[in-house]
Amino acid sequence: MSDKTLTRMDISEAVFREVGLSRNESAQLLESVLQHISDALVAGETVKVSSFGTFSVRRKAARVGRNPKTGEEVPISPRRVLSFRPSHLMKERVAAGTRR
Amino acid sequence: MIRSELVQRIADENPHLYHRDVERIVNTIFEEIIRAMEAGNRVELRGFGAFSVKRRDARIGRNPRTGDAVSVEAKAVPFFKTGKQLRERLNGGSE
Repeated sequence: MSDKTLTRMDISEAVFREVGLSRNESAQLLESVLQHISDALVAGETVKVSSFGTFSVRRKAARVGRNPKTGEEVPISPRRVLSFRPSHLMKERVAAGTRR
Repeated sequence: MIRSELVQRIADENPHLYHRDVERIVNTIFEEIIRAMEAGNRVELRGFGAFSVKRRDARIGRNPRTGDAVSVEAKAVPFFKTGKQLRERLNGGSE
């Protein structure tokens, strides 16, 4: 099992190979896909991508946290966090792929 | 928003592309991310987030109905960490 980190470049390279658009346009399309997903999430929408997974936004209530170094109490304001739930297919493929 | 709506939004912005090509582009993006994780790799999309694989050790689980101990083998699970920029946008930060 390798341990590489892929970036936008690698993903848009795959789009370039698959569809035959220019590298530049492939990169732009990847960017707009990420942008549309982000915009929907920021607007509070859930984004469901079949056979990939679901991105959803959860609201967290305010709570009192603690600085672990000083023990000092600090208020943590209410916030929204993003959670990603992988599809069954993704879970199966990742489990199977890394078992080899 | 579901996959087909995402495809539609991209298609609307790119009238010079065939709808089926937009579909292929979107599918390729998601497929490449899964393929990378299958190989145990990480995909870092700065500003958006990073997909990685976490390993779970083998453990003794329990059948919640019967309470029987069952061994659960070690496995790898997909994990997503939200990028800094998106996290800030979700909380009304810098746009």
